Amino acid sequence: MKFEKPATTNPIDNLTVVGKPIHRIDGELKTTGRAKYAYEWHDPDIDYAYGYPLGSSIAKGRIRSMDTAAAKKSPGVISVVTALDVGKRDLGSKNTANLFGGDEVQHYHQAIAIVVAATFEQARAASALIKVDYAVGEGVFDLSTATKDAKKPKAEGGTEPDSSVGDFEGAFANAAVKLDATYTTPDQSHAMMEPFASIAAWNGDELTVWTSSQMIDWWRTDLATTLGIDKEKIHLMSPFIGGGFGGKLFLRSDAVMAAFAAKAAGRPVKVALPRPFLVNNATHRPATIQRIRIGATRDGKITAIGHESWSGDLPGGQPETAVMQTRLLYAGENRMTAMRLATLDLPEGNSMRAPGEAPGLMALEIAIDEIAVKLGMDPVEFRILNDTQVDPEKPGRNFSHRNLVGCLTLGAEKFGWNARGKPGTKREGGQFIGLGMAAAFRNNLVMPSGARVKLDARGDITVETDMTDIGTGSYTILAQTAAEMMGVPMEKVGVHLGDSRFPVSSGSGGQFGANSSTSGVYAACVKLREAVAQKLGFNSQDIEFANGEVRSDNRVVPLSQAAGPEGLVGEDTMQWGDLEKTYQQSTFGAHFVEVGVDVATGEVRLKRMLAVCAAGRILNPITARSQVIGAMTMGAGLALSEELSVDKRRGFFVNHDLAGYEVAVHADIPHQDVIFMDETDPISSPMKAKGVGELGLCGVSAAIANAVYNATGIRVRDYPVTLDKLIHELPEVA
Amino acid sequence: MIEICPFEISRRDLLVSSAATAAFASVAGNAHAQISGNEMQQSSNVSFKVNGEEHALELDNRTTLLDALREHLHLTGTKKGCDHGQCGACTVMVDGRRINSCLTLAVMHDGDEITTIEGYGRPGNLHPMQVAFVKHDGFQCGYCTPGQICSSIAVLQEIEANIPSHVTGDLTEKASVTSAEIRERMSGNICRCGAYSNIVEAITEVAGSKA
Repeated sequence: MKFEKPATTNPIDNLTVVGKPIHRIDGELKTTGRAKYAYEWHDPDIDYAYGYPLGSSIAKGRIRSMDTAAAKKSPGVISVVTALDVGKRDLGSKNTANLFGGDEVQHYHQAIAIVVAATFEQARAASALIKVDYAVGEGVFDLSTATKDAKKPKAEGGTEPDSSVGDFEGAFANAAVKLDATYTTPDQSHAMMEPFASIAAWNGDELTVWTSSQMIDWWRTDLATTLGIDKEKIHLMSPFIGGGFGGKLFLRSDAVMAAFAAKAAGRPVKVALPRPFLVNNATHRPATIQRIRIGATRDGKITAIGHESWSGDLPGGQPETAVMQTRLLYAGENRMTAMRLATLDLPEGNSMRAPGEAPGLMALEIAIDEIAVKLGMDPVEFRILNDTQVDPEKPGRNFSHRNLVGCLTLGAEKFGWNARGKPGTKREGGQFIGLGMAAAFRNNLVMPSGARVKLDARGDITVETDMTDIGTGSYTILAQTAAEMMGVPMEKVGVHLGDSRFPVSSGSGGQFGANSSTSGVYAACVKLREAVAQKLGFNSQDIEFANGEVRSDNRVVPLSQAAGPEGLVGEDTMQWGDLEKTYQQSTFGAHFVEVGVDVATGEVRLKRMLAVCAAGRILNPITARSQVIGAMTMGAGLALSEELSVDKRRGFFVNHDLAGYEVAVHADIPHQDVIFMDETDPISSPMKAKGVGELGLCGVSAAIANAVYNATGIRVRDYPVTLDKLIHELPEVA
Repeated sequence: MIEICPFEISRRDLLVSSAATAAFASVAGNAHAQISGNEMQQSSNVSFKVNGEEHALELDNRTTLLDALREHLHLTGTKKGCDHGQCGACTVMVDGRRINSCLTLAVMHDGDEITTIEGYGRPGNLHPMQVAFVKHDGFQCGYCTPGQICSSIAVLQEIEANIPSHVTGDLTEKASVTSAEIRERMSGNICRCGAYSNIVEAITEVAGSKA
């Protein structure tokens, strides 16, 4: 099915199941510990061996030689496979750094060996016995100095690095009120709870891999490339994923090492990356330096807006696209954005939840707060004044649906925004109190997505798609979609995900998963409805599926009977026309935060958080809300504590575990409120939904930084907002 | 009953044929012979009860309680998130107190009674805390969830036993179930999906129903 025209009325609009607050269908499995993650698929007839990785202890250079003799003699060791043994491999299409193979070292903790032993303990002990002789190369590790050699990156996926409309320089120079400020965001880590893990088993030239992947087909394709085998020979499964946040979008080293190790050992091998290894081994969100210039009239209209961003990556890598939202979020006739990419020899930079917008809004939404202060305007009012209903770079192009103003207005009212005082003036006990807010913005992406839907003789529906559930609620919303389309209750629907034998789906990323994959199930259900109608000789235009029955005129047939002993199958892939080009499709929101800042120490505590989101139809308010509060929680970490510290001499992230890299914990997070605007977006998909999984992260960190400013009068432009950046400037207290 | 989502491993999931499986088994046998020939002194016998069931194991002395549960007893509900006591995903109850099972060796637990997430409930017959987690959506990816639930149950027991925490204001008063107490006592269990606000609601509900 191809979605080429805005949706009209369809069976989803019945909303008997879709849109309802239905608890997760995988909830009992997860809360009882029965959900099986990658490392946990156990067959009692197979004696698995254990693989333990070794990472490079240099950031750049070459391996001259590796002495594995002691490791091989170590108790229980079955095999040792080194990067030199497997040799240089073809690079997966989505990877920047080599995952395993060859003598070149591109970054610290790049995988250089896998030790296979009968037990985990034996493999771990033996891995420490490998001696490596390196030819150490010179690397570049400091973004702040590498920017002088930064280059304009090539346009990727239609994303031009630069944009320009009108005369930015002239308009900015002549603006009555101006802001010119530079902001920095540090390198950040996904830090999902389940480490990268794979079990690999060979049968002749066929390979089965249980892994933890957000994108089954991307992994399968790139694993085939890396191993140099036919993709059809690989069966990949990832039915449960212990978090990803973008870290598991692209093939990782655990799957590659497990495959080589299993081949060498002649038996299935389990590999999990140890926590202190995975931060430097895998990808991270790159640090940015962002310069924002805004010019406005005295009555608060933006006349010039410019956003430049510098980030770094390995050779062949990509920029962090931090300027993208600035092309779309606010009005203003004269505009410019630019991205520049420096070469750094740190681990690979790549997508982390809301790539581009998350760090971009961390900067932009402080800048908007700052110019509002300069204008003496309320920041909510300033944002409303500068709203746009068209793409400001291409004014002939409308947003499919845009209700940012509604989010701002409702949020301000519900949060009690008018109680906000002047900076540094409100005190309760030992804390300065401040309110802050920011706009949320994230584009709505769609991806082709396939599914197979089976109806059996019991009237049960089974959905099969290689879609993944990374905590997002895919199992539940896909079941809701199938239940709505086929007119059956939830308990008659089973959902099987994350298996490369199933139709290729959108996968999970870029907040495209829910809208795309439910649309794929919608398309497959349309096919199944047609098959039912055809079998019964019904006119498929005039047919109703409800209560486990199918009816047309006066005929009513139970689905179980329609299926017959053979059952019926519908399979299709949702393809997308050019509605995303004709219209700008985005999601919107507003974040409101109250903080308390300790008057003596500068410690920041969150007191209240509210997000108002406009993201089309909400398919399940329980799972959608959890996506938003989860993103708000991640945003609290990014605002207040998360920072990968770079060792600029040796070129690695020093705090590479969960003790050193501080994500938010229970004690950091207050009660969180989320309000969804009641809306649909028929231009987005037949589901009339949009993405929401990343929207909650967009802007929230800036709202916190702005609240800290309101509490203390201190403007911190370098994340995270830690107390050392506050303590010397705190207001005097009586 | 329809299988709502993949549950147990099934042989049809493997491309591996039964002949290939037999080959694995024979390789495995050799590897085991090699260990037992040279390494007897590196292993110990240990017996403990897990979820009411007695287990006698011969384990490498380096095997953590976590790996004994996961890799030897195949109780994989207890999760390995960091293996360094930083995340809480491996929380289990040992003789009535919660511990990070990654930070303790299995051989230290001879004679102990251990309760894992599998001991608290099963699909169709959940513990009240598991019910509350589902109801309040106190999880997303589910990987930290068994640890969160074990800690949640322990936290209410600790407050009931009047054990103070960092945020307990008055040590002469009886400890009470407040949001602040729950958040403080749960802070050893990281949830990167960020379900904290919902988890606190789940625990509060279970605490309230007991009162």
